Amino acid sequence: MASEGDGVAAAAGAPEPPAGFVGCDETIEKLYVYLDGELTEQRRIEIARHLDLCGPCVGAYGFEAELRKLIASRCHDHVPEALRARVADALREESAASAD
Amino acid sequence: MADQEQFSELAMEYMSALYTAALRMTRNPADAEDLVQETYLKAYRAFGSFQSGTNLKAWLYRILTNTYINTYRAKKRRPEIADVEDVEDLYLYHHLAGDPSAGLGRSAEDEALDRFTDTDVKAAIESLPDAFRIAVLLADVEGFSYKEIAEITDVPIGTVMSRIHRGRKALQKALVDVGRARGLVGASDEAR
Repeated sequence: MASEGDGVAAAAGAPEPPAGFVGCDETIEKLYVYLDGELTEQRRIEIARHLDLCGPCVGAYGFEAELRKLIASRCHDHVPEALRARVADALREESAASAD
Repeated sequence: MADQEQFSELAMEYMSALYTAALRMTRNPADAEDLVQETYLKAYRAFGSFQSGTNLKAWLYRILTNTYINTYRAKKRRPEIADVEDVEDLYLYHHLAGDPSAGLGRSAEDEALDRFTDTDVKAAIESLPDAFRIAVLLADVEGFSYKEIAEITDVPIGTVMSRIHRGRKALQKALVDVGRARGLVGASDEAR
């Protein structure tokens, strides 16, 4: 089954990474932090190198990157004009009150 | 005061982002509007204490988040549990992958992703418990860094990372549930 996280590379027949390289498990575990740009430079390079070599992991990476874009882009709401006016009025009132 | 005159010029451009966050937090347009107005009033009054040159957007989010937590959350207490123990990494990816024997078909998952509508994504986010919802909103919708989120929500960075991680897992599970209800995710996956 290709659905188990730790069997991704093996199931797809990808070669085991050479010693000293980051493996699939660790790459998947660090994927979000990698996408967030919050890894140390050393770690970031190791993960990027793994992604260069591993088809299944880069597939997962591409999907998570798309998902991130989807969440950001599907989540916007139009500000009602009435709210803009309400806030402007409230600030004007507040400003008048503090000037007294 | 000169300071406060400057406030409108600088702060108004964030209203759309703040309103979006307020809607996801309160799950209700009337409360969201009140929350945004209250945030602007508080920010206006406190603007003298804002250090120019620092991050105004993060400062506004901090006021918004605190106001939400202190005022609106008290109204309806929800359990603060996101049960994500059984949600494995890449949960949504695996559920959208369909028949594994069909080959890699990377674009199939990406296409499936495109079928999620605004309403689906909003509903999934709104189903998360408060702490996780706020962390995911700040990270994935607004793109704040871990450090900024720690400052906005007043919790240590380790806690922020754990909330984002668990929140994202819960979000993927919620998207699978939403997708299943809409027939975007195969019913056969339930047996897995």
